Amino acid sequence: MSKTNVPPAQFELEIPDNLKTDEMVLSMGPQHPSTHGVLQVILRTDGEIIKSADPHIGYLHRCFEKHAENVTWHQVIPFTDRLDYIASMNNNLGYVIGLERMMHLEVNERAEYLRVITAELNRIASHLIALGTYGLDIGAFTPFLYTFRDRERILDLFEEICGARLLYNYIWVGGVAYDAPEGWRDRVLRFCDYFEPKIKEYNDILTLNKIFIDRTANVGVIPADLAINYGVSGPCLRGSGVPYDLRKADPYSVYDRFEFNICTGKGEMGTLGDAWDRYWVRVAEMYESVKIIRQACEALPEGDAKETVPRMIKVPPGEYYMHTESPRGELGYYIISTGGKTANRVKVRSPAYSNLSILPAIAPGVMLADLVAIIGSLDIVLGEIDR
Amino acid sequence: MNAQEIYNRVSEKFKEAILEYNDSVLQPYFKISPNAFYDVCQFLRDEDDLDFDYLMSLSGVDYGDLLGTVYHLYSMKHQHKIVLKVEVSREKPEIPSIADLWRTADWHEREVYDLFGILFLNHPDLRRLLLPEDWVGYPLRKDYEMPESYNGIPIIHPNMKKDTNEQN
Repeated sequence: MSKTNVPPAQFELEIPDNLKTDEMVLSMGPQHPSTHGVLQVILRTDGEIIKSADPHIGYLHRCFEKHAENVTWHQVIPFTDRLDYIASMNNNLGYVIGLERMMHLEVNERAEYLRVITAELNRIASHLIALGTYGLDIGAFTPFLYTFRDRERILDLFEEICGARLLYNYIWVGGVAYDAPEGWRDRVLRFCDYFEPKIKEYNDILTLNKIFIDRTANVGVIPADLAINYGVSGPCLRGSGVPYDLRKADPYSVYDRFEFNICTGKGEMGTLGDAWDRYWVRVAEMYESVKIIRQACEALPEGDAKETVPRMIKVPPGEYYMHTESPRGELGYYIISTGGKTANRVKVRSPAYSNLSILPAIAPGVMLADLVAIIGSLDIVLGEIDR
Repeated sequence: MNAQEIYNRVSEKFKEAILEYNDSVLQPYFKISPNAFYDVCQFLRDEDDLDFDYLMSLSGVDYGDLLGTVYHLYSMKHQHKIVLKVEVSREKPEIPSIADLWRTADWHEREVYDLFGILFLNHPDLRRLLLPEDWVGYPLRKDYEMPESYNGIPIIHPNMKKDTNEQN
């Protein structure tokens, strides 16, 4: 049998004259797994390259600010839970401290410490979601299971102290809703001992994973001055190297009594202010939160946490802008009272709202797949953006 | 700088523009006339000793007979803050946009336009943000009346709830 040479397979790519090579408008969301809720981004793309991105928000608008004008001062607190529903304690805290400062109300020491402990536990829980879902966005499924395993323990602690796992309504004007049950403090400390070594586990499977670093380093770089101009705050701003943390810059509650560091990005894996830096700030902040919780548990005074809760809330006429450091950044409540039973105006300055607004500025020129990495690194919660 | 020093510094240059200065409240504020508002903001941002580079919050307020916006400014470098207020009439609610000074204002002004109907002059893209494009009215105004339906979809009205309670 004679052998013949096989010619290489050939095909000719015919480009028809009428082939469209212009830009394409693509709607990403509102039902897209990597938009973290109901965010729609209208993309103008040239092949795989993004020319412009225009976020459309409001799909989850529940008229928080209008409701807050129609219910009593205290009835607003459960609504604040539903703003940023994965960090509800921090949302309660900002509104409540705002009212207390308007009322010139001194709060029981034990209640203040319980507030700090729960707020920091909630910060860890929120950052765990941020880490886990960011892994999901990038394509790593396993870290999500690890972080949710540990978040579960925090939710158990919350269930013990206030009966709810997600929407707490725990921090009240003048104190907290319930005192800590017996042995709760020790269980929190035991959780800290359990949790701290686990952070190393996340670093091993996600933070220092080569594929993860390749996907996030040098992606979505936000220069510090641009971030400040856009009102970006929280880990996103600190990722750009600006040490701005309201727990230090404008201390509230008893945060000035604890020792902790402000974590900032340093551009270790690529450029300063890239997606990896924002991610890393969250990991580093969990160590700091554990530090704060330990100090607060050690110093937790005895007493009645509900001692200073007033029967009736009477807010004198006036106005106050209270800003606190939520896991996403500067959460502000601008409260106006005219002395009545309800608020005249409650405006929420939500951190994720301003953080998302920078997307049109950093998206042009990146690949479509990188946009997912950028949105994930901003750690948005649509409940808070749309209010 | 404290609020009094900031006031002195600004009033040197904009004597007529500052309508009111109040430091007897929890957070001292200036009230500025809408015409000079943009220039005052630019002055606050660009002077080295003021250096307000961070717009913390921008809120619309309905004062009853007037509409207004409130601005909370902060300086990262000097760590001082100040509150600005602008008030306009309901008939002609127009305030200069400061979106090109602080980009934070871009979305916040759209939101205030959306919910209060205040027009921001020279805003790059003044569209509704949270509500649908075809929504009628400005819900956070005190005289807003809830519509019966939206595009043929009935909206549950507070009065309707009352009726059902009475029936039961």
